[in-house]
Amino acid sequence: MKTIHDIQEEIVSEFEAFDDWMDKYNYLIELSRDLPAIDTRYKVTENLINGCQSKVWLNGEYENGIIRFTADSDAIITKGIVSLLIRVLSDRTPKEIIDADLEFIDRIGLRQNLSPTRSNGLLSMIKQMKLYALAYQARYEKMNE
Amino acid sequence: MEFNIQQVRNDFPILSRQVYGKPLVYLDNGATTQKPRVVIDCINNYHTSLNSSIHRGVHFLSDQATEAFENARETVRRFINARHAHEVIFTPGTTAAINNLAFAFGERYIAPGDEIIVTEMEHHANIVPWQMLCERKQARLKVIPFTDQGLLQTETLQQLINDKTKLIAVIHVSNTLGTVNPVADIISLAHRHSIPVLVDGAQSVQHLSIDVSKTDCDFFVFSGHKAYGPTGIGVLYAKEKWLEEMPPFQGGGEMVDVVTFEKTTWNELPFKFEAGTPNYIGAIALAEALKYLTSLGAGNILEYEHQLLRYGTEKLLALGYVTLYGSAPDKSSILSFNINGVHPYDAGMVLDKAGIAVRTGTHCAQPVMQHFGIDGTIRASLALYNTTDELDILADTLQKVKTMFG
Repeated sequence: MKTIHDIQEEIVSEFEAFDDWMDKYNYLIELSRDLPAIDTRYKVTENLINGCQSKVWLNGEYENGIIRFTADSDAIITKGIVSLLIRVLSDRTPKEIIDADLEFIDRIGLRQNLSPTRSNGLLSMIKQMKLYALAYQARYEKMNE
Repeated sequence: MEFNIQQVRNDFPILSRQVYGKPLVYLDNGATTQKPRVVIDCINNYHTSLNSSIHRGVHFLSDQATEAFENARETVRRFINARHAHEVIFTPGTTAAINNLAFAFGERYIAPGDEIIVTEMEHHANIVPWQMLCERKQARLKVIPFTDQGLLQTETLQQLINDKTKLIAVIHVSNTLGTVNPVADIISLAHRHSIPVLVDGAQSVQHLSIDVSKTDCDFFVFSGHKAYGPTGIGVLYAKEKWLEEMPPFQGGGEMVDVVTFEKTTWNELPFKFEAGTPNYIGAIALAEALKYLTSLGAGNILEYEHQLLRYGTEKLLALGYVTLYGSAPDKSSILSFNINGVHPYDAGMVLDKAGIAVRTGTHCAQPVMQHFGIDGTIRASLALYNTTDELDILADTLQKVKTMFG
């Protein structure tokens, strides 16, 4: 099975194919369409990460030692980036998620999208994913120790 | 004097730069304007050869700096046509001016049950300080609504006013809709009931001729950085009567007369309201920006910007898939819109990469978004150095956005 590192490398090489920003954005639009729909019962205020610019909904569920994330956004480019984050961090153990260093964002030139001032919900989304991991680790894994 | 756009553009060094390898198309002037070379040089010269704290030193430099600072106050007075220079208080900006005023005015005049009127199209900076005051004093905030066209329903004002009304605070030019509000009419109605009026000039001072004596407003506030001056400097104009009566909003050096541990008496106007070392170089550079505007001619600026706005409006509407917010007959320099079916943030991201600077989101005016039931808009805000070519680039890029997302 591919590691978080392997998937990040994969994404970086996919983006290397584009030398134009519009192509990168077109690819993100494509990725946004591939993002599996979030169950409507999870697209609720409790799961809303409210940015000033765009909104993100995130849900995480723990099963058999791994966390499965589903998410959505009202802005398409944000949703494209959301789909990359899901691809990297979903179906992973809490420990893998907590330890993950998401360097691919920088390498594919999307770092500005994660600046706190952008307020598009993405930075908070990553924090929220790590918080899910911490919470599930505390709830299920420490219990078994 | 003739308004020569190429010459004007040459006055602004930043306009010749590129972003992402494309010529900068700067359409975020409602947020902040770029600075002409005279302002940049002024800041540099003062730091290089005249820097000294004002009103305090007995030495040559302090005298020179003090004189320049007080000349700056006089330049502002002339620009807004106030009666006295001591009615011009320097503040860090519009937001600070309103917050400070809300504090001082509230301390002096607001009691439980009193009412303050604002409009539905205010910037948060002209809502929240009044809400905070109402909270502190158990007072009430009332709101003049606007129509879908973006016009204040001033006919409701008569019903909103009663003997508890203590102040009306109104935005001169809406930062989201561009509406130029009929402040003179509002002021004359308010004054018939002896109610003072604050005009928020953050989006008007750089576009329209301001005459506080003629409109007879009690308070007028604006920011330097939206009027081609530096950041961190702004103005609170208030009629002498109010400044005499209100307590200072900050204590410290410069604003005092006699200090003992028993009692402190206040310095005369305007110093009573300028505690601490003011941003004197900011004030001096702001005056330079206002002189620059005067040299171009208020009438020329108004006419040129009006043409630009009309051109931009027609260009956007011709696309056929754009919803424009704010279509008041009297409108200034703001194009707030959405591409139907496209999230404003997505549009903004693509515009950015085309070298176009716009703002997307709620523009610190969430009640305006709530009025239209939308999450945000794309806002292209124009300045005197923008061109019809730039508006063509905007329209062409919006076409690309529509193709990508539509």
